[in-house]
Amino acid sequence: MSTTLWIILAAAAVTYLARIMGHLVLSRFARVPPRVQAGLDAVPAAVLTTLVAPAALDGGLAELAALVVTALVALRSGALVTFVAGAAVLIALRNLPV
Amino acid sequence: MSTGSGKAEFWRGARSTPTMIIAIAPFGLLFGALAADNGFSVVEATLMSALVYGGASQIVGVELFGQRAAPWMIVLSIFIVNTRSILYSAAAGRLIGSWPTARKALAFFLLVDLQYAESEREAEGGRRLTFAWYMGVALPIYLTWIAEAAIGAAFGRLITDPHALGLDFLVPIYFLSLVMGFRRRANWLPVVAASSVGSMLAYVTVGSPWHVTIGGLAGILLAAAMPVPRYAEPGRG
Repeated sequence: MSTTLWIILAAAAVTYLARIMGHLVLSRFARVPPRVQAGLDAVPAAVLTTLVAPAALDGGLAELAALVVTALVALRSGALVTFVAGAAVLIALRNLPV
Repeated sequence: MSTGSGKAEFWRGARSTPTMIIAIAPFGLLFGALAADNGFSVVEATLMSALVYGGASQIVGVELFGQRAAPWMIVLSIFIVNTRSILYSAAAGRLIGSWPTARKALAFFLLVDLQYAESEREAEGGRRLTFAWYMGVALPIYLTWIAEAAIGAAFGRLITDPHALGLDFLVPIYFLSLVMGFRRRANWLPVVAASSVGSMLAYVTVGSPWHVTIGGLAGILLAAAMPVPRYAEPGRG
């Protein structure tokens, strides 16, 4: 088997481990402690934020403007409209002849 | 799923997927194009999407592969990017804990960001999660994700200017729209602030992909340390 194939299989194994591990560990508790519960409730916002904030550090004017518009549109609209608005601002500003 | 209500549940889930499929299509195609660009064959790119099924980690993986990183380093990085799934798994386990083991095992394989977010939203609406609904959401997203890798890998070379199309920055825009969707949760603003600062500090000091784990932990630990919200207090009323 090629190295690429081994990498794919190992990546699949560790990814599945990550996806099942939290449940296997936590299901050993009879009831979830309130602070653990509060931490778990914060997971999606906390983790997804880390995929945004550092990218903003590297971004220029077009990227920052796109993020600001995305955040503002999100206050009023659903996910798809928000995404399209942010992407439109990004593509428009990147293609301006400046 | 052979019962009428199972079928109805499946379609109720599937009907909510077109928006998500359109939203992630650029990333499925982007992964395919990047994989081909970094030396993966079309079959390898497709296989990776089918077996790993984790967008951000797949992109990190093929880029490291293109930089000739050691195989163990590539696999470790993919794991680190996916460590957030450990937390999704713990959280989603509360929602699907009563399902039979085989169904749970399959459900956890399909537990990507979107699937987790949709599951939490379903539970927030007061519904008990059914396996049929879960698969109705999961299968359309999973199958199009695999197809996009094949298409992206086969035709990615046709994109001559990915920067002008914003391909590199669509991922943050997309994830920001998801983060905003959680803004009514307890402690949302302090959590997002802590994760932002934590991830940016980690990004400039330790480097990628550790910023995901470190930044994520910053927000989660802050939420756990804050005064416990009323709904979580035991036995009061």
